[in-house]
Amino acid sequence: MSYFVVTYYALLIGASCLAAFYKKREVFLLLFSLTLVSFVMGIVGGVSALTAVSVGAGLLAFAAGTSYAFREFLIIISPDDIAKELRTAPLTAAFGMFVIFTYAIAGIFAPYIAPFGEAEVISSSFAPPDENMLLGADQLGRDTFSRIIYGARNSVGIALGATILAFTIGALCGLLAATKGGWFDQLMGRVADVIMSVPSLIFALLMLSIFGTNIIVIIIVVALIYSPRVFRLARAVAGNIVVMDYIEAAKLRGEGTWYLIRKEILPNSTAPLIAEFGLEFCFVFLLIAGLSFLGLGIQPPTADWGSMVRENATLISFGDITPLIPAAAIALLTVAVNFVVDWMLHRSSGLKE
Amino acid sequence: MGDIASLVLRRLGLGIVTLLVVSILIFFAVELLPGDIAQAVLGQSATEETVAALRDKMGLDRPAPIRYLEWLGGAVQGDFGVSLVSGDRVSETIIPRFKNTLFLAAYAAVIAVPLSIILGIIVALLRNTIADRVANVLSLTAISSPEFFLGYILILYFSVRTNYFPALASIRDDMSFLELLHRTFLPALTMVLVVTAHMMRMTRAAIINLLASPYIEMARLKGASPWTVIVKHALPNAWAPIINVVALNLAYLVTGVVLVEVVFVYPGIGQLLVDAVSKRDFPIVQACCLIFAATFILLNLAADVGAILTNPRLRHPK
Amino acid sequence: MKNEKDVLLEIRGLRIEGYSDETWVEIVHGVDLTLHRGEVLGLIGESGAGKSTIGLAAMGFARDGCRISGGTVDFDGLELTTTSESDLRALRGSRIAYVAQSAAASFNPAHRIIDQHTEAPLHYRLQSRMEAQEDAMQLYERLRLPNPTEIGFRYPHQVSGGQLQRAMTAMAMACRPDLIIFDEPTTALDVTTQIEVLAAIRDIVDQFNTAAIYITHDLAVVAQMADTIKVLLKGDEVEEASTERMLKAPEDDYTKSLWAVRSFKRKQKSRPKGKDAVPVVSVQDIDAAYGPTKVLEDVSFDIYPGMTVAVVGESGSGKSTTARCITGLLPPTKGEILFAGETLPASYKDRTKDQLRQAQMIYQMADTALNPKVKISEIIGRPAQFYSGLSGTELKSRVDELLDLIELEPSQYYNRYPPELSGGQKQRIGIARALAAEPSFIICDEVTSALDQLVAEGILRLLDRLQAELGLAYMFITHDLATVRSIADEVVVMQAGKVVEQGPKDQMFKPPHHPYTDLLLSSVPEMDPDWLTNLLEERGTDNIGEAASNQGNV
Repeated sequence: MSYFVVTYYALLIGASCLAAFYKKREVFLLLFSLTLVSFVMGIVGGVSALTAVSVGAGLLAFAAGTSYAFREFLIIISPDDIAKELRTAPLTAAFGMFVIFTYAIAGIFAPYIAPFGEAEVISSSFAPPDENMLLGADQLGRDTFSRIIYGARNSVGIALGATILAFTIGALCGLLAATKGGWFDQLMGRVADVIMSVPSLIFALLMLSIFGTNIIVIIIVVALIYSPRVFRLARAVAGNIVVMDYIEAAKLRGEGTWYLIRKEILPNSTAPLIAEFGLEFCFVFLLIAGLSFLGLGIQPPTADWGSMVRENATLISFGDITPLIPAAAIALLTVAVNFVVDWMLHRSSGLKE
Repeated sequence: MGDIASLVLRRLGLGIVTLLVVSILIFFAVELLPGDIAQAVLGQSATEETVAALRDKMGLDRPAPIRYLEWLGGAVQGDFGVSLVSGDRVSETIIPRFKNTLFLAAYAAVIAVPLSIILGIIVALLRNTIADRVANVLSLTAISSPEFFLGYILILYFSVRTNYFPALASIRDDMSFLELLHRTFLPALTMVLVVTAHMMRMTRAAIINLLASPYIEMARLKGASPWTVIVKHALPNAWAPIINVVALNLAYLVTGVVLVEVVFVYPGIGQLLVDAVSKRDFPIVQACCLIFAATFILLNLAADVGAILTNPRLRHPK
Repeated sequence: MKNEKDVLLEIRGLRIEGYSDETWVEIVHGVDLTLHRGEVLGLIGESGAGKSTIGLAAMGFARDGCRISGGTVDFDGLELTTTSESDLRALRGSRIAYVAQSAAASFNPAHRIIDQHTEAPLHYRLQSRMEAQEDAMQLYERLRLPNPTEIGFRYPHQVSGGQLQRAMTAMAMACRPDLIIFDEPTTALDVTTQIEVLAAIRDIVDQFNTAAIYITHDLAVVAQMADTIKVLLKGDEVEEASTERMLKAPEDDYTKSLWAVRSFKRKQKSRPKGKDAVPVVSVQDIDAAYGPTKVLEDVSFDIYPGMTVAVVGESGSGKSTTARCITGLLPPTKGEILFAGETLPASYKDRTKDQLRQAQMIYQMADTALNPKVKISEIIGRPAQFYSGLSGTELKSRVDELLDLIELEPSQYYNRYPPELSGGQKQRIGIARALAAEPSFIICDEVTSALDQLVAEGILRLLDRLQAELGLAYMFITHDLATVRSIADEVVVMQAGKVVEQGPKDQMFKPPHHPYTDLLLSSVPEMDPDWLTNLLEERGTDNIGEAASNQGNV
């Protein structure tokens, strides 16, 4: 029995007892179930498993601390009405905002942060990490760390472009369809049905096989594929609003369609639309990453996370985690956006749970 | 019962129309190629004669609508023409691979569907506890992770570091069923992780949505226990959304399999599609797209019909 | 007469908090309540008075987002605030039962009515399934439901609202509880249906000598049902007394004001005479349909300048559809609408700006009638800007003038948003928006029915004053005959898409009537504890109301 193991259990059991004594039921349950899990894991996996658990717990605590501090920071610097909203944000949402903030910094200032250029060959292929290269080199001898930083700009930038385009098309059509009704509504609904009845990845592959894989094509195709989702949501949200009496009053006053959308409908549908923008971004981002991973998305030598996973995939069989890093970068951003969206949806659904 | 039959029939009709429109879309998308197929396949460097020969072979001189009807007629009978690259019949390449894909999807579905519905109910019962929050964070993480991320993590831990399962899901016809299950466990698990998280969240949401209805409050005020409230009063009304989610995810299993097949080098239709796209082998691309779209549309159709059939208001008309 | 041993429920100093805007706010501030066995207590108050919350607390239940924060609830020797959740569950349904406001929403659509009825008795193992079903049918019969042996085997959506409400009362009776909480059981029903449900509830409570808490906002209803009445205001008790005394000699000023509400009555005006008198709006023989369903048939009536025509009828009678035809939202399939002698285009889209300006509308739900994201100044200012082209200081002074007109202080309301206002204030803003267009005719669609009685009275007085000052003509859509009595000059009675009877108000309220008008008039509860008893005797059979209401309310 090492000191580590003894301290480990002593701390957990002590904390559980304290929680039980102060009647913190939830905390106690959490701590004690962690104790039991560690007990099993300790027997099965030995000291290394316990180390992994404590590292994991440490990381979680660190992330929680960062998120807490970041939320407090945001509350202090925001104007009153936003600060009031922010106070309701759970730690996960604060964590999401922090991650998004970090990615934004990395993407905007990529050339200043990255030590090397994204296509710059600086050493032999698959060179291990050294004091120059934090994460080693890739299959062509380019610095992996620099490429990941540039990836934040390229991968996220392209996904953002496609999302904005999809969103503009979808929301505009949705609001128009809800306001105008009649044949326009029917037609747009049918078009959306048809596009959505082809699986998105398959649709993208079909289009890319025909129009080739350049960035403009990718952005347009992906936007086209995902705009029906926005259309449906915008149509549904606006559909709930157009039945309101104030819309009827405005119609009877003789107001035009554009006035109705801009002044009456849009201000009442911002909350669900913003949340949908986040969700949409996640879908678009994952789709483009998937395409790149298949070698049909963003083309080399542009640094892009999806293609980086593909290029370095062989390293996995040697137990090297390098190819997982860009994949993790994709997952982390998507999780972060989802955390924030989850909070927003919870807020806007008005559920007082 | 007249109501319900006509609703189902109308939905079936709509499904067939959608399928037709999608087949038109798939066929004529290829016609949008700059130049024509022959030119595109052979590239700019090809001589006039070779292009003309290929054109002639594919019958490109005839009008597109006629070729579409021929293609559709063939597709209905399982004949998708000839591969441009290998010259093999497309159907011979596709059918065994489609079976493999279906096997993998079924494997994942058998685990994921019951698991996620049960988990969804449990999480709905435990709502607003720590367990619910942890489940929320974990499922969000699983949904947000690209399939290749989960796939490679599983390979790293279960194959490279521990050697419990093979990293490459190569299968042969002469394998025993158990061996098959073992070999394809990691790709199936990858899909189970993504799909379960999604279905669980939707099941939870569907049930919790209903918990605000007055008849649930009434059930509570009649002294029903939380379990009875959910299983007897909420669940029968939640079937429509749950069926929808299941169908959506089954459709996802069949189509989202593309990435997983590539990660695990599994000989399914998804990998075939990716290869065909990079080689611009259009007959195969079109065939794969049509099959995927048809599966997707059929599953959605099944979900809508299921939702109609489980709706008590429609099942017991006035 | 009643001794201490008879006490069934005793609530002392009950405090309840609700969660809103991230904090707990007290919504019930220490209410006491004593209920004896077999006694019916009426809890009355405006919306937000905490009636339902108190009713649920009597079962030891708090809705999500509410909690009992203080006081005691003693039910037959058991302290409910400290009892465990599982013991409370054992009490609910068996000894304390609940009847909800909307039976249609409170029955589970997935199960047969009788299966929901027998759930509690089977759960508590009081009866076998057969016995429980047998008992249910007997209860259905006592509650005078049609086909008592068969109706339980239907699904909730196959049964009409009034019948469902009785089935729910039967369900509450299933375990023969000591106490039933009735939470506004007839509010969602039409007046003619309400009678039967009230009679059925009263009979069954009498028969089994069940104690009940009857929650409602309608004084006349509670007068029929309760032995004792307790008046609540914003979570505080105002007054409690026996029904008799409460009606005759209320003590508190607030209670008195509630009783006085229906006193507002305006002098009836008659049509202008002479050949040049042209109606502002003349509805001529219109038919209308939603898709293939015909909803209006041969509807005609005239509205003269400066007069108020009340259109009355139950839900589904076509009142609001007529209004939609006049505004042009639903072009009639036959007939035409004349405005000051000129034919109006059928659809609002084809009408000129001036035609649109002349006819304005005020809605029932001020919440949905005002855009929550637009400032008051803009809501009122927009019609002035749109029709009269006002801007800048001219516009501002017009808005100020309009706010003055509706008796709201301009400087206080100018920059606020609708959600910050009370229901009555919102309705006033709705009126101001209609006035901003300088119309000659206003459709008032149930404008007071979502408001508490005192507030509604204020709105009626305001509308009356505006009519006198600006010479407006009103079409007043309502189902509330008290409103008709107070404000109308002429009355149009509608049933199932047809005009049944029309004429000046004084004639309409005097016999002889059309049978339907008669039914409608006699069904309105009066502030007399014996009214229901007398009425039922007078009608003789119990199913008059049912037969008539079935026509218009399927």
